Amino acid sequence: MTTLRSDIRKTGLRKTVASLGKPRKATYVVLAIFVLGSLFPFYWSFLVASRDNAMLSERIPSFLPGGNFFANAARVFDTVPFWKALANSVIVSGTVTLTTVLFSSLAGFAFAKLRFRGNNKLFVFIVVTLAVPTQLGIIPLFIAMSELGWAGHLTAVIVPNLVTAFGVFWMRQYTVDALPYELIEAARVDGCSMIRIFWNVCMPAVRPAAAILAMFTFMMSWNDFLWPLVVLDAGNPTVQVALEKLQSGYYVDYSLVLAGTTLATIPILIVFVLLGRQIVAGIMQGAVKG
Amino acid sequence: MTVLDKVAPEGSKAGERVSPRPTFRHRLSRWDVKVSPYLYIAPFFIVFGIVGLFPLLYTAYVSTFKWKAGDDDPDFIGLDNYKELFADSQFWNALVNTISIFLLSSVPQLVFAVLLAALLGARLRGATGWRVGILLPYAASLVAIGIIFANLFGPKYGLVNGVLQTIGLDPIDWQANRFGSHVAIAIMVNWRWTGYNALIVLAAMQAIPKELHEAALIDGAGTWRRFFNVTLPLLKPTLIFVIITSTIGGLQIFTEPKLFDAMPGSNNGGSTNQFQTVTLYLYQTAFQNASLGYASAIAWVLFLIIILIALVNFFLTGRIARTPAVKKK
Repeated sequence: MTTLRSDIRKTGLRKTVASLGKPRKATYVVLAIFVLGSLFPFYWSFLVASRDNAMLSERIPSFLPGGNFFANAARVFDTVPFWKALANSVIVSGTVTLTTVLFSSLAGFAFAKLRFRGNNKLFVFIVVTLAVPTQLGIIPLFIAMSELGWAGHLTAVIVPNLVTAFGVFWMRQYTVDALPYELIEAARVDGCSMIRIFWNVCMPAVRPAAAILAMFTFMMSWNDFLWPLVVLDAGNPTVQVALEKLQSGYYVDYSLVLAGTTLATIPILIVFVLLGRQIVAGIMQGAVKG
Repeated sequence: MTVLDKVAPEGSKAGERVSPRPTFRHRLSRWDVKVSPYLYIAPFFIVFGIVGLFPLLYTAYVSTFKWKAGDDDPDFIGLDNYKELFADSQFWNALVNTISIFLLSSVPQLVFAVLLAALLGARLRGATGWRVGILLPYAASLVAIGIIFANLFGPKYGLVNGVLQTIGLDPIDWQANRFGSHVAIAIMVNWRWTGYNALIVLAAMQAIPKELHEAALIDGAGTWRRFFNVTLPLLKPTLIFVIITSTIGGLQIFTEPKLFDAMPGSNNGGSTNQFQTVTLYLYQTAFQNASLGYASAIAWVLFLIIILIALVNFFLTGRIARTPAVKKK
């Protein structure tokens, strides 16, 4: 290393080496194009939603928003039970997020720090199940939900998502490093029960990972489509199912439909803008660990 | 290994010294140590049993019946559903569509993700802002995006055709044209996932030691040579990870083709099934035609295809990932 440094000094390459990783103007231009590309469909959806369908017959319409957004949004609420859909989505995503974080943290704690027969084998099994596409089981799952009388109810959407293999995997990986054995030992000596150790020692230590898991789970659950579409009916939809129903009429009223997509996207965009930094960090951390 | 095991026996010795029989409190605590781990991992296994394992096995069972929804006494027909499936041109058509859309989406996606990661890896001003901006599509709901892109790619009034015509090109019927519809759906998939994958690649890039780049620079390697000879080989494991995850996702693609055709009375895969995918065919067979037995056969064949491709990937991964190490020695 030192020789490398002195080489750099001798050969006058210092400037070049220092310039490693320095962005050029073109870098910013290309990135700006990508970000604009990322934003454009959102903006387009708002644009159509804020005007009327006449705009769609123009070859290249003006890119300024019109004044009809609230009128179109109001029509969304008239056409489908959108308030109910929003409430349903909040209930489903909220419950699923809470239980997934809780159960995943519990299992992650057990796999990372507790010794029990079959620990490793059971964990490997969980990792393998990550590859099993759950949506292939929708037919028997649908039959089962019908038998239980849950079809059409939110229970049918919540129960299959109470905990995920990814969540367990994620929390275990984090807990291994984040929670020193000494802390658990100290708590044991003080006479803590296992569940108290989990709640008062483990949870505070793994809070960052739990927060990231919560965000991911909420986003996934909010955007989930196939299973709610199968198991819920038009009268009791989640937001995504309601959107699909908006679109599937005999005549597609794009101002109406895209007002719906805009309304459905706003909550998740707000979450994303507020917590974007953590989400980015979470994805990158997961990539290195996974 | 764990402290807990050390603590528990010590406690029991101390207990024995005081009295020959362990106290109730003590027994409770030993029971707690023993049983707790199983209680903590139980929720996953219960849920997986109900929504993962049972459906998979039950799907296999259903697939041996001629089973219509609401049919109380379905006929057992053995492997006839599978025989029918292998002769079903619509299934093969859907499989070809799925693979075509998957290739059109994953290959450019990977190239752009690596390019973007290289750009994002520079010491940018407002680095986080750029990263969040690139990742925005990931937050979008698939349904919303499906509808928005269907509108943008509309054959008559879509903006994309408007732009094509304005710059003097012929408009393309993005829905009727088979290849065109695949391209449009692939663009939708790429739009959503490129930024996400770029961040994964970026994380791997940042794990590459700086000294390697410095050394290559001193050896006179330019930007592109450093990229191809230093960065890319070290990214291999990550790239393979990205390929595998996008394969599994790509083979199950459903929402995008389902929402791409908004025409009234359409069966959501195109008028001649030109962009019907396997999962879409499965959904339609089960929940529109109510042929649960046949749909189950589709599900199992798709599952086996995914396993097969995962194994091929796994095999290739092992070989490719080992190559650089072998070279070094």
